[in-house]
Amino acid sequence: MSSAMNVLKSWWHRLGSPRSFYGIAGRLAPWFLGVGVLGIVVGFAWGLAFAPQDYLQGNSFRIIYVHVPTAILAQSVYMMVGAAGLVLLVWRMKLADMFMVAVVPFGMSMTALALITGAIWGKPTWGTWWVWDARTTSMLVLLFLYFGLMALRQAIPREETAGRACALLAVVGTINIPIIKYSVDWWLTLHQPSTFKLTEAPSMPPEMYLPLLVSVLGFYALFGGLAFMRTANVILERERATQWVQATVRQHVQ
Amino acid sequence: MFFVLAVALFPLGVGPGPERLAELAPGVLWVLALLSTLLALDGLFRRDYDDGTLEQMVLHAQPLFAGVIAKIAAHWLVTGLPLVLLSPVAALMLNLPSEAFGTLMVTLLLGTPVLSVIGAVGAALTVNLKRGSLLLALIVLPLYVPVLILGSGAVAAVVDGVGASAQLAWMAALASLSITFAPFAAAMGLKVGLE
Repeated sequence: MSSAMNVLKSWWHRLGSPRSFYGIAGRLAPWFLGVGVLGIVVGFAWGLAFAPQDYLQGNSFRIIYVHVPTAILAQSVYMMVGAAGLVLLVWRMKLADMFMVAVVPFGMSMTALALITGAIWGKPTWGTWWVWDARTTSMLVLLFLYFGLMALRQAIPREETAGRACALLAVVGTINIPIIKYSVDWWLTLHQPSTFKLTEAPSMPPEMYLPLLVSVLGFYALFGGLAFMRTANVILERERATQWVQATVRQHVQ
Repeated sequence: MFFVLAVALFPLGVGPGPERLAELAPGVLWVLALLSTLLALDGLFRRDYDDGTLEQMVLHAQPLFAGVIAKIAAHWLVTGLPLVLLSPVAALMLNLPSEAFGTLMVTLLLGTPVLSVIGAVGAALTVNLKRGSLLLALIVLPLYVPVLILGSGAVAAVVDGVGASAQLAWMAALASLSITFAPFAAAMGLKVGLE
């Protein structure tokens, strides 16, 4: 039992050191990127060209293969940022902060993409670009939460302080996300009883569902690859005073 | 004062028709309560930061959150409580049906402490920044969404003749949750900001 704990502990410490994470990230990033690109290409091609038309929405439903993955990523990236924030606050692990720096812009662009594709989808389906629907509203709030994180980091000059402030904000935001989501859901049921309902077929047939799944997995893998790459870049930038970074850079430059 | 002034501006903007005002009243009152709390938030720790009191509080042997709770309570007494007391006047001006006055006051009584404690976290994080107030709004307003929805929803429900006990219960839950935890987060934010 205790030996297992020790293995886990040493693994945790090794993962937490920027240097060994840099090595791991460098080895894993290409795999994740490859799987991600493959998944997205296969998912898109399958979904856009081969999946059957929706009986109600015709071809316009096909934007789902972009919309749903971006929306899922937008939410789960914020959760991951919140978890990283907790790790930073509790264990003061530098790597967690570097991870946050690396992935927050990605999450923000995913949120923006989800809103934009949602608007594009909304036009033919609901007849309008924007509806104060429960999901769109909570996505909009999520976008503002990302804005807050970015702005707070840029406003604080000292790196370490900025990291811990953002971590605290991310944790508070993560606690609030479910509350916001439920209150918005509830607000909708109070104000407009299902005038606009996403015309989702009760159960999607597998020909439509599988490409979506492939595409979601592709986006996750792409996120993994980009997160590894971007975190590795942040490590190089922040640890530039250390010998191993200088040695690594010299090795690659020559 | 901002609250009453802004309430007086609304009929000038949307027209003095009593029905329309009554329909808008719950939302308008709550949005304005939100904004006036936000306006006052920037000063929560600012003055103490400028004259060094805040650092003394952080260094003091007494746990920081106790001081933070006291600061927030004092802040609420001068910004939140007047809002609660003035709200019937503002509601009269906006022609809110009188049966909703009680609910409006109860929601404000439950909601403004939540606004204050959550705002304190944002104020703590931005206390030593040059242009903190804009950032404060950006950080805090998304977190205020549930309070706004529940508060105006409760008032609107009473106006429509439906009971608001569910919203009130939720608001009470939110209030106890945030009053319990947010002062710790605010104290932590102050420590982060001052290090």
